[in-house]
Amino acid sequence: MKRRDVLSAGAGLAMLALVRPASATSQEMAAAIAAFTGGAAPKEGRVKFDIAQLIDNGNAVPVTISVDSPMSAADHVSAIGIFNERNPQTDVAVFTLGPRAGKAEVSSRIRLATSQRLIAVARMSDGSYWSKSVDVIVTLAACIEGEAP
Amino acid sequence: MARALIHIPATAKRGEVIEIRALIGHPMETGYRPGADGKIVPRDIIRKFVCRYNGEQVFGAELHQAISANPYIGFFTLATESGTLEFVWEGDNGFSQTEKMALTVSA
Repeated sequence: MKRRDVLSAGAGLAMLALVRPASATSQEMAAAIAAFTGGAAPKEGRVKFDIAQLIDNGNAVPVTISVDSPMSAADHVSAIGIFNERNPQTDVAVFTLGPRAGKAEVSSRIRLATSQRLIAVARMSDGSYWSKSVDVIVTLAACIEGEAP
Repeated sequence: MARALIHIPATAKRGEVIEIRALIGHPMETGYRPGADGKIVPRDIIRKFVCRYNGEQVFGAELHQAISANPYIGFFTLATESGTLEFVWEGDNGFSQTEKMALTVSA
């Protein structure tokens, strides 16, 4: 093998390593999203994911998801799914909405085991999917602590 | 019977979008946590929440372990006519609770 080949192979590897984190969605999260969308890849946009960037307590994290939609009978959000990357389970919740919701906004309180990426996916009545992902930092983790003996 | 707190406006104008906030007392035990004896505490969560407006479903939710204890859900609905809003939570170990709230809608 020539020195030139070794160098070019090394550059290729470095490129791979650089490209990887951009699509850091873990396999399991990707599988959970695919199960929700039926294999369709959601597009970025139209969804607003409201969550604190730095979370003190992962046991109860307020989240609000809102989707830009007129919520009419012809054009509305039919479901909103929230998925995470590094909790023991990738599913957080799936909310079912309809034209009678009036406003495509849902809020809840969730648990986060560690600093990770979250993604909200909205299913529209026309069958398209829109998403928004956020990265959060969690200082006190949920799910791990047991009861005091 | 778990304690449930539901906030809805008592009255609304027809066509107004009203906010509904529902909270219920429930441990939402994940099934990943060790108990006082060191053994894993079995899973005990609410899996399903439904809101019906005069019998018609206007909102539903499928919950998982990642929802905090005492699950809170806030959502919106369009006030169409006077009637009752029915809230149903269902979960593990046969958990089921129904709450009803009256809403008066003026023209």
